Amino acid sequence: MSHISAQEAEEGVGADGPDHRVKKSARRQMLEEFWFYFAENKGAVLGLVVFGLIVLTAIAAPLLAPHSPIATNNQAQLLPPVWQDGGSWNYILGTDAIGRDMLSRLLFGAQYSLFIGVIVVVVAVSVGIAVGLVAGYFGGWLDTVIMRVMDVILAFPSLLLALVLVAVLGPGLTNAMIAIALVLQPHFVRLTRASVMAEKRREYVTAAKVVGAGPLRLMVVTILPNCLGPLIVQATLSFSNAILDAAALGFLGMGAQPPTPEWGTMLAEAREFILRAWWVVTFPGLAILVTVLAINLVGDGLRDALDPKMKRS
Amino acid sequence: MQRFLLSRIAVLIPTFIGVSIVAFAFIRLLPGDPVQMLAGERVVSPERHAAIMHQLGFDRPLVMQYLSYLWGLLQGDFGTSIVTKRGVAGEFFTLFPATLELSLCAIVIAVALGVPAGVFAAVKRGSWFDQTVMGAALVGYSMPIFWWGLLLIILFSGVLQWTPVSGRISLLYYFPQATGFMLIDSLLSDQKGAFGSAVSHLILPSIVLATIPLAVIARQTRSAMLEVLGEDYVRTAKAKGLPRSRVVGVHALRNALIPVVTTIGLQVGVLMAGAILTESIFSWPGIGKWMVDSVFRRDYPVVQGGLLLIAMIIMFVNLAVDILYGVINPRVRAR
Repeated sequence: MSHISAQEAEEGVGADGPDHRVKKSARRQMLEEFWFYFAENKGAVLGLVVFGLIVLTAIAAPLLAPHSPIATNNQAQLLPPVWQDGGSWNYILGTDAIGRDMLSRLLFGAQYSLFIGVIVVVVAVSVGIAVGLVAGYFGGWLDTVIMRVMDVILAFPSLLLALVLVAVLGPGLTNAMIAIALVLQPHFVRLTRASVMAEKRREYVTAAKVVGAGPLRLMVVTILPNCLGPLIVQATLSFSNAILDAAALGFLGMGAQPPTPEWGTMLAEAREFILRAWWVVTFPGLAILVTVLAINLVGDGLRDALDPKMKRS
Repeated sequence: MQRFLLSRIAVLIPTFIGVSIVAFAFIRLLPGDPVQMLAGERVVSPERHAAIMHQLGFDRPLVMQYLSYLWGLLQGDFGTSIVTKRGVAGEFFTLFPATLELSLCAIVIAVALGVPAGVFAAVKRGSWFDQTVMGAALVGYSMPIFWWGLLLIILFSGVLQWTPVSGRISLLYYFPQATGFMLIDSLLSDQKGAFGSAVSHLILPSIVLATIPLAVIARQTRSAMLEVLGEDYVRTAKAKGLPRSRVVGVHALRNALIPVVTTIGLQVGVLMAGAILTESIFSWPGIGKWMVDSVFRRDYPVVQGGLLLIAMIIMFVNLAVDILYGVINPRVRAR
């Protein structure tokens, strides 16, 4: 019941054609069951809505932003938000130390954070699944070597390893993403390997083998779809972790470089003004928190809906 | 028990070798020439360059270089800082008490608040208390702690002026660091107000560092407790007419805490990652800040040695947790 995502599930409700009512496909039924469990968790639905809004904001940032995110104005430095004395409607959330519009930078920052999350998760998931499939399916010394390498990666605190990798590769957003993807992928390797080892002895796999399916087909087409549940949950958690870690690297000066309006980098630039201008510090962090919280809420809902063991706990 | 211990230690050896290979490879992967890195701006003649390469052993095969690096590690040689010219291990253990003190305070806060919160949330499942605690835990779990630290500084150091912004103790006090733990040393020093100053410096960083472990422990305690509360022996205890506090506090909690102990142990990695950020925000002179500063100063031997030492500490704590888990849960040992 697991090869589905939240978006697909969403489409699954509402559009109920007459043909479908007669003969519901198994897939459709699974989607509905999934949505039933997911929707029971009100927090998850809220998280999904907020996340949807953030995605829309990111896409529409060029239309919504009143200013360019990197345009400076030396007439309006450290201007407070509109509701405070000295605020102006021209800069609703105020300006930073060199007169850039906070609101516009935050809106464009959403693009960076989501972009980081998507790329890191796609890389970590695809590499992790491929390696995990190989380890779990072939077993033996190959499995041992792969798992020991993963143990080594997991032996380091992820942020420290990412920091050191960026020191080797050079500071910057791309290298930060590579480093974070590398430290996140062992979780996918472990999960995939564990499910593959559990699944590969099942009868449907033997049946497919007897019919003549090769190893690649067995791994990807036969076994993988039945291991997706926990992987989707882990992917959601990794998505929020990637955003947090990238922001942390940006904050330490090793992630996206100024003047990129990445939220963590914005915080780093704002640090020296914290006791003078609360808004330059508060808003970027709030944006990170809300985004990560929304994704984690969705993750909790997905876990409830996809993991039969965790159901109704 | 002995076999259990040995098997756990044996698993560590390949991981240690792997970790040391990563640390070894780190310096070799850096872009640029190692001799030029040491020389800085100075110009090095080709002959001198070759001589230093030979002296540092860079002209030998990689495998030999690695083996001699490993041999050095086994003798406690973790390299020498380019900036301070002091041994990396020595610097590490000078700074480590600061991080340890901070981490211990953080984990005490996290356990002291997280375990009771999780237990009550499970007992009062579905109540407003449960929902509030779990909501707060999810917020804590999602918190960018570097921002959380800045917010606390704005509130408590800026607006209320209750706590200092950075450091471990006020500059007014000076006393020998007998233990390296500021709380203990300030008490031993007999100087009036020193202990209070140490506490006021420690409180905000500890809260910041405790946030994520606190959230994780509360969530884990709640779900472990819920699982145990559904067991037959808890029903039996209730049926015997035991008071509710005894059923929850003794019968259920003891078993629920088994997975929680593992969770607490796993927070060590989280604490070390958190220490990097927390120490940077509060200028806390521990190993997290030392690592970040070394990355920026391009003091690569320190980064290399520190990376390895931190990984080793985490490995040993995980081993200790594993063994403790075997002690409190005999089912694991039997396997």
